[in-house]
Amino acid sequence: MLLVFPDPAPPELARTLDLGGSSWKAVSSTADAGEHEPDSGWAGTIVDATADPEGAWAFLRAIRKQADKQLPVIVLIGGAQLAELEHRDDLFDDFCLSPFHPSELEARLRHLLSGDVAVVSSDMVEYGALTLNLETYQASIANKPLDMTYMEYELLKFLAQNPGKVFTREILLSRVWGYEYYGGARTVDVHVRRLRAKLGEEHAALIQTVRSVGYRFGESRWES
Amino acid sequence: MSIDQHREYVLRSVEERGVRLVRLWFTDVLGNLKSLAISPAELDNALTDGMTFDGSSIDGFSRVQEADVLAIPDPDTFEIVPWGDPKEPEARVFCDIHNLDGTPFAGDPRQVLRRHMKAAHEMGLTFYVAPDIEFFYFEPLVAGEVPVPIDQGGFFDLTTNDVTGELRKRTIRTLEQMGIPVEYSFHEDAPGQQEIDLRHTDALTMADSVMTFRLAVREIAARNSAHATFMPKPLEGVQGSGMHVHLSLFEGDDNAFFDADDPYNLSAKAKAFMAGLLRHAPEITAVTNQTVNSYKRLVPGFEAPVHLSWARNNRSGLIRVPITKNDNPLATRLEYRSPDPACNPYLAFSLMLAAGMKGIEEGYELPDEADANLFEIGDDVLEKLGIGQLPTSLAAALETMEKSTLVREALGEHIYEWFLRSKRIEWRGYKTHVSAFERDRYLTSL
Repeated sequence: MLLVFPDPAPPELARTLDLGGSSWKAVSSTADAGEHEPDSGWAGTIVDATADPEGAWAFLRAIRKQADKQLPVIVLIGGAQLAELEHRDDLFDDFCLSPFHPSELEARLRHLLSGDVAVVSSDMVEYGALTLNLETYQASIANKPLDMTYMEYELLKFLAQNPGKVFTREILLSRVWGYEYYGGARTVDVHVRRLRAKLGEEHAALIQTVRSVGYRFGESRWES
Repeated sequence: MSIDQHREYVLRSVEERGVRLVRLWFTDVLGNLKSLAISPAELDNALTDGMTFDGSSIDGFSRVQEADVLAIPDPDTFEIVPWGDPKEPEARVFCDIHNLDGTPFAGDPRQVLRRHMKAAHEMGLTFYVAPDIEFFYFEPLVAGEVPVPIDQGGFFDLTTNDVTGELRKRTIRTLEQMGIPVEYSFHEDAPGQQEIDLRHTDALTMADSVMTFRLAVREIAARNSAHATFMPKPLEGVQGSGMHVHLSLFEGDDNAFFDADDPYNLSAKAKAFMAGLLRHAPEITAVTNQTVNSYKRLVPGFEAPVHLSWARNNRSGLIRVPITKNDNPLATRLEYRSPDPACNPYLAFSLMLAAGMKGIEEGYELPDEADANLFEIGDDVLEKLGIGQLPTSLAAALETMEKSTLVREALGEHIYEWFLRSKRIEWRGYKTHVSAFERDRYLTSL
């Protein structure tokens, strides 16, 4: 069951969800959401932030604080509102421009609910056996602490926050190292090799080499 | 990534992992690892302002006017040390040594290598190295007696009672935990002798890794009642321990040593670099082979190089050009075969880079490949072919180094002077020593 905010849901959204065969429930507050929550919990949340952005962000903050397990969140947002997304990465997993194309929203929903996406909360990144606590900089694999250098940690964090995506060495170097590092692009290979060693044989495959392109964390978005 | 985030990461890790002791590591001019232990409470201050200490008792650190130097931790090298007591975790971080006014300290080998890496970087090049490190495991030593190898295995041997295999395995696990990936490991030719090949990294990271490697190998051996040594020739009559170094230069993502159109797949840069190494090899040998004992390894008959030559498939030369798997452009490299694992890796890598870069800058011409077994050819013939030899003793190597502008400039006056002085004292000590060899031979017959 999908949780939809606000209540009543915008007609276009209601129609898309119905046509897509989703079961959903619109609510106007977190209390409302708690009251109507099914036994199996909410599968995900769609929040329309076009009419009342402040209310929508407040709702999401409350939801994020409350839930023990993070709900996948899609935000519907107007084209002029994109700046609002900045620094709110912790509040949503994906967004869709509104007015939206029904098949785009469906595709995004499908992807988000496939369970293949790391759920980003304010300070935790989880993927399979891997957990990164962004606030304390601590990482663990299968509940065992993972000791890394800072750059190893930053690289793993970047990859784990973008699972399924393929990055070239150049991109990784510019995003993770961010400055002209004397090690050059092969540095990325060196760090990936080290990370794999630290993850251990069983989990080394979390970081996949994509031949003649670069690296990908976790399963491909398209193959699984 | 700002340096502040680096610091913050290190400080948080210390807190979260309950680290009790932080070891500030640095290296003296002779390549000995030095450590300054501080409590976690001091770390914040150390990361920001550095730790002042009296360097006058450190080899190569003493100066006339000022004894104090500043150790500034390089936060990206912060690692938990895996062999300690897990209940009282310890961490290590490599340091750069500075003068009190903040300028790089001329006696710090790490700063020397850093300077060379920067110079190469300014030309758009990154220097990558991968050493193959050989060493011996012995039974616990008995003073005054010849050391006993821990096993009688041979090249690539795998026996059911492979104690060394177990030791090696534990060592490799520790190295991997410390971010030092291992490419291969195997039992070398001589009893008790091992080889562990590290995967390439930039030379500065690798010099740090070699320092960590030597400590890890010794620590793990000691914890398992064995003695590990990187002495170049610990036993007479069997092979010594070398540290072949695989070298390459990268321009961004591309291997600057590779040229698909060359029959050897070697670029003009690779050839000039190799020519530089060959020409200046005698000058840098005192540093790559810095002990009296080193020259007992560099003799014919034990797979160590003697001649200043290069070849693709010939292991008797100084430089080998390994044939790469599937013509992989990234794997094209040179293997410099004379260094031994007792060298100071920071200085050795600095000089290999400086010699090679000199060849590129001056456009040195590469001599012909020498693919015959040079050990079977008479010295007079080799001389006619223009194939010289490495210095045959520490004294000869020091003499050659003393005349070298390249080495003087590459090491900087401070280290150059100190190294020569210190090593001459070592040679004098050796020269005046009367050995068992002499007594056995002369005492009764003369």
